[in-house]
Amino acid sequence: MAGRVFVAMSGGVDSSVAALLLKRQGYEVTGITMQIWPQESDTRRACCSLDAVNDARLVAWKLDIPHYVLNFREEFQQKVIDNFYNEYLRGHTPNPCIDCNRFIKFDSLLNKVLAMGADFLATGHYALIKWNPAKQEWALYQAVDKSKDQSYALFRMNQFQLAHTLLPNGEYTKSEIRGLAREAGLPAAEKEESQEICFVPAGKHYAEFIRDYRPFQPRTGRFITSAGEDLGPHEGIHRYTIGQRRGLGLQAGVPLYVLDIDYDTRNILVGPEEELYKQVFYARDIHIISDSEPEFPLEGEVKIRYNALPQKAVVRITDQQLLEIEFQNPQKAITPGQSVVIYQGEQVLGGGTILKFSQ
Amino acid sequence: MVKVYLDHSATTPMHEEVLKAMNPYFVDRFGNPSSIYLLGQEARQAVEHARSQVADLINCSAGEIIFTAGGTEADNHALIGYALANKDKGRHIIVSSIEHHAVLETAEFLAKQGFDLTLLPVDNQGTVHPDYLKEAMRPDTILVSIMHGNNEVGTIQPIQELAEIAHQGGAVFHTDAVQTVGKIPVDVKDLNVDMLSLSGHKIYGPKGIGSLYVRKGTRVASFMHGGGQERRRRAGTENVPGIVGLGCAAEIARQEMAQEAKRLQHLAEKLIKGILQSIPDTYLTGHPHNRIPGHVSVCFKYVEGESILLMLDHMGVMASSGSACTSGSLEPSHVLLAMGYPHEIAHGSLRLTLGKSNTEEQVDYVLEVLPPIIERLRAMSPLMK
Repeated sequence: MAGRVFVAMSGGVDSSVAALLLKRQGYEVTGITMQIWPQESDTRRACCSLDAVNDARLVAWKLDIPHYVLNFREEFQQKVIDNFYNEYLRGHTPNPCIDCNRFIKFDSLLNKVLAMGADFLATGHYALIKWNPAKQEWALYQAVDKSKDQSYALFRMNQFQLAHTLLPNGEYTKSEIRGLAREAGLPAAEKEESQEICFVPAGKHYAEFIRDYRPFQPRTGRFITSAGEDLGPHEGIHRYTIGQRRGLGLQAGVPLYVLDIDYDTRNILVGPEEELYKQVFYARDIHIISDSEPEFPLEGEVKIRYNALPQKAVVRITDQQLLEIEFQNPQKAITPGQSVVIYQGEQVLGGGTILKFSQ
Repeated sequence: MVKVYLDHSATTPMHEEVLKAMNPYFVDRFGNPSSIYLLGQEARQAVEHARSQVADLINCSAGEIIFTAGGTEADNHALIGYALANKDKGRHIIVSSIEHHAVLETAEFLAKQGFDLTLLPVDNQGTVHPDYLKEAMRPDTILVSIMHGNNEVGTIQPIQELAEIAHQGGAVFHTDAVQTVGKIPVDVKDLNVDMLSLSGHKIYGPKGIGSLYVRKGTRVASFMHGGGQERRRRAGTENVPGIVGLGCAAEIARQEMAQEAKRLQHLAEKLIKGILQSIPDTYLTGHPHNRIPGHVSVCFKYVEGESILLMLDHMGVMASSGSACTSGSLEPSHVLLAMGYPHEIAHGSLRLTLGKSNTEEQVDYVLEVLPPIIERLRAMSPLMK
């Protein structure tokens, strides 16, 4: 027996195949599904909804593994949704999936399954965990399938978490994973990808979700162009994100984009696309995967959002313990609240949360 | 692997005798009790025989028993049926805050239909004090529903006194006795209740069958429409095998109850004592003495019930904690919260309910495996830090 592993199952194809692969590798596999949000009546087809629980259960039956549902509603609300809400109210654009990985999956859930006697927690993420014998430590790498790589969302993992996590899908391409699911007759084989934020109901705008989540006074203000022109009032800074063009309701000769959101003056700075490009920015809440800190300044590739490609940059550390990142070429729409992840080749070194960019 | 079933309050295995009694009514004696030929009459006779068996268990007359599709339906029938038929007399309903959801959510449904609802508090042992009810009674109170024995903490309520107060105020009294019937003597005359719910599968009978006792003269609206069955109160062809099974289970319970209760009480005492002695920071929840025989409910500080259950399941011990919601995940029990336990303690609840199959060796096994589980979970618990 290779060990006892609990697989976090969402009912989707990736986590289903992760369970299948681990079972074939000889692990003693138990499936678990986190119930996070919101009420029992919910029928959305998103990760961790009631449908997801039922789908995961069907897969577990098919694989003939035990399956349990664990309740994380309170924790998820406190550590993920509250932060999502607060960040938008501050005019930032949060990464709830990264918070969920950081505070729920690889913290609360991991500790819980280890306490219950598991050796490992496994997920369906596409990334690779490797042991570096020279440095005697664990390292996180991009998945074999670069188009599906999810290492960005895992950059906050530490040595302890990496040592107790299995990511069997990282070695496979998405089409191979679907093929394995089909071959094994898993009910999730043809299920679509879930892309949206799991706790915001399909078809609902995040701003409506925030409005309904907890009452607040929208921080309304003015649209100001980079040339200093006042274009009229806006509906509150929580409704806007840097790089946004649609839904501004502005009439101008050229398409206008949100360039910056100023919490203090409440102004939304707008301007033409070329002004979205910035070269230097800062990140707070730094995390480095290795226990030994790398030497700064370091040259690597930096990713500023989930769907961005890593771009060459130099990373320094400031006296205030902020990362200072200078791109070789200016990059579009650097967005406070999003995570920045530093790579060297395929290896993930760490990252932080974007705080601000230099004008 | 060792298998120890300790969740008899959730459901029980069916008694072999019950299965034997039911068997002929699936294929050979499959008749519809409403049919006039002999095959139908045979089924009718079986249903009426079962009705008297159930009536004998709770000391009422057979004509006061309505068969339902289980305890939940009996509770729905009692509350909705009585409220609808008597809404001219008043619109106020009182239930306790620790009722099973079958009563609680039905009462909330009625509140949405325009009835006034009062939820009675309980003390820290889960008892509804007669004084609480006295204070809550109003001239327009028509119905009081308080459970006999609580499913989560085992506390038995002073039903006689409570029913007396309801009657003095001109209201009728319903009790959900799903957890007590067949375990302790339940006599509707003695308890002085007007309606009482019971369930088949909690007393080694089949699932999907239960009954509602309605005292003669109590007006209750029909629950199902479309036929004359159950004196027009519950239309639909009778679940004959289920009814026969319930009757048989009631008869066996009546005969074996006294002795079995003594045995279960002894085992439960041993289990409670063993747990409290070997595991620190542990509380017995519910009333220390006035509780359902064989019912053990405890809270462990610094751990979550969910994790305890999974680890016990791994060791072959089947137990429960809180109340499972649709998804199968666990919420802190509304009963423990109503009793004043804070969230973090209510989360660490464990319920072990003993029954016929359990032996002294099994109790010893649980006392052997449970302490290390709690110790391990506590050692890794963020709540301990």
